[in-house]
Amino acid sequence: MSLLTRFRGAALLLAVALAAAAWGVGAAQLAEGSKALEAKSCIRPADDMRRNHMEYIHHDRDLVVHKGIRDVDGSLAGCVDCHAGREADGSAIPVNAEGQFCSGCHEYTGTSITCFQCHRKVPEEK
Amino acid sequence: MSHDPNMDSPEHSQERREFLRNTAIAAGAAVAAPGLLISIASATGEGGVTSDTRWGMLIDTDKCADGCTACVTACDKENGIDLVEQPQGNSDEMWEMQRPQWIRKLKLRDKQTGDITNLPMMCQHCEFPPCEDVCPTGASFKRADGIVMVDRHICIGCRYCMMACPYKARSFIHQNVAEQVVNAPRGKGCVESCNLCAHRIDEGQTTTACQDACAAEGHNAILFGDLKDRGSAISKALKSRSSQQVRADLELNTGVRYTNV
Repeated sequence: MSLLTRFRGAALLLAVALAAAAWGVGAAQLAEGSKALEAKSCIRPADDMRRNHMEYIHHDRDLVVHKGIRDVDGSLAGCVDCHAGREADGSAIPVNAEGQFCSGCHEYTGTSITCFQCHRKVPEEK
Repeated sequence: MSHDPNMDSPEHSQERREFLRNTAIAAGAAVAAPGLLISIASATGEGGVTSDTRWGMLIDTDKCADGCTACVTACDKENGIDLVEQPQGNSDEMWEMQRPQWIRKLKLRDKQTGDITNLPMMCQHCEFPPCEDVCPTGASFKRADGIVMVDRHICIGCRYCMMACPYKARSFIHQNVAEQVVNAPRGKGCVESCNLCAHRIDEGQTTTACQDACAAEGHNAILFGDLKDRGSAISKALKSRSSQQVRADLELNTGVRYTNV
């Protein structure tokens, strides 16, 4: 009996910790001035995107480069277009700049992000 | 007859010859079959580019004007090559030799006659690309529709392909690049070359940036199209005029052809 209670307590603690982490990370990340702030949701539920965004991008890059299928929902350019923050004067801030959408989370989790060594970091103005 | 113990009889020899001939025909069919199967599989595959198309280019060197670099400028802009900056401490001479170039103008002079030919040189999109042969990671590859490209996600920057290419078509990015265009990601340590404006083709456009620029200048020296479509302008032009592959002796079956060289 006491074992079960202890387990319940641990589970509760874990749940609270996870929720706090998710809230802290998620809420702090959407960049000021980005389109994502006004959007109702991402292309998939936010919890799915937090966990699996890298898989979606990784899959779609092969479709684009090798098969020429560019109409993919998980395009990195799409991420940047929506999530790049903007200065007060309307100029875009790179998504990997300190505290911006990508780097905020990646710094928090201690994972390096190499996409933007090659890929454009701000939306393309056309 | 088959139980005839006399191996040297003329009948036996005849039968043996026929057997050998039939075996050779069967072997030939077995070799041809995989190619056939591949094209069927990709045509009915899960989408994407197929081998029903082969993109190519025909360049009329008579129309290519001396001193005109419109195609080069247009390519640089289309693919963000103009955003690559000269590294600090790099001499102008070094920069001119090493700066990325997907298309460049060549001027040839016949030593015997003095005849001058102008032509743009770029990746020739070989059917049997040497760059793909030597690539240790599979980053150099030929798309099903004949476009030879680099998958920079896999490229390790060994530059073996640059050594293998007979056309000197490939460039290496030596320094970090601050800004890129969406359709041409680019970063330090990878090799790149002309991809026949694959991003345009995939969006359904039918011209490349260099072709558009050449036409805008009124030269119309560059013709781009599907070599496998017999009704396409490029197929008709190739059929009606004699054209050349550069270094045809290498038997690479290039997708880029030249007339009047």
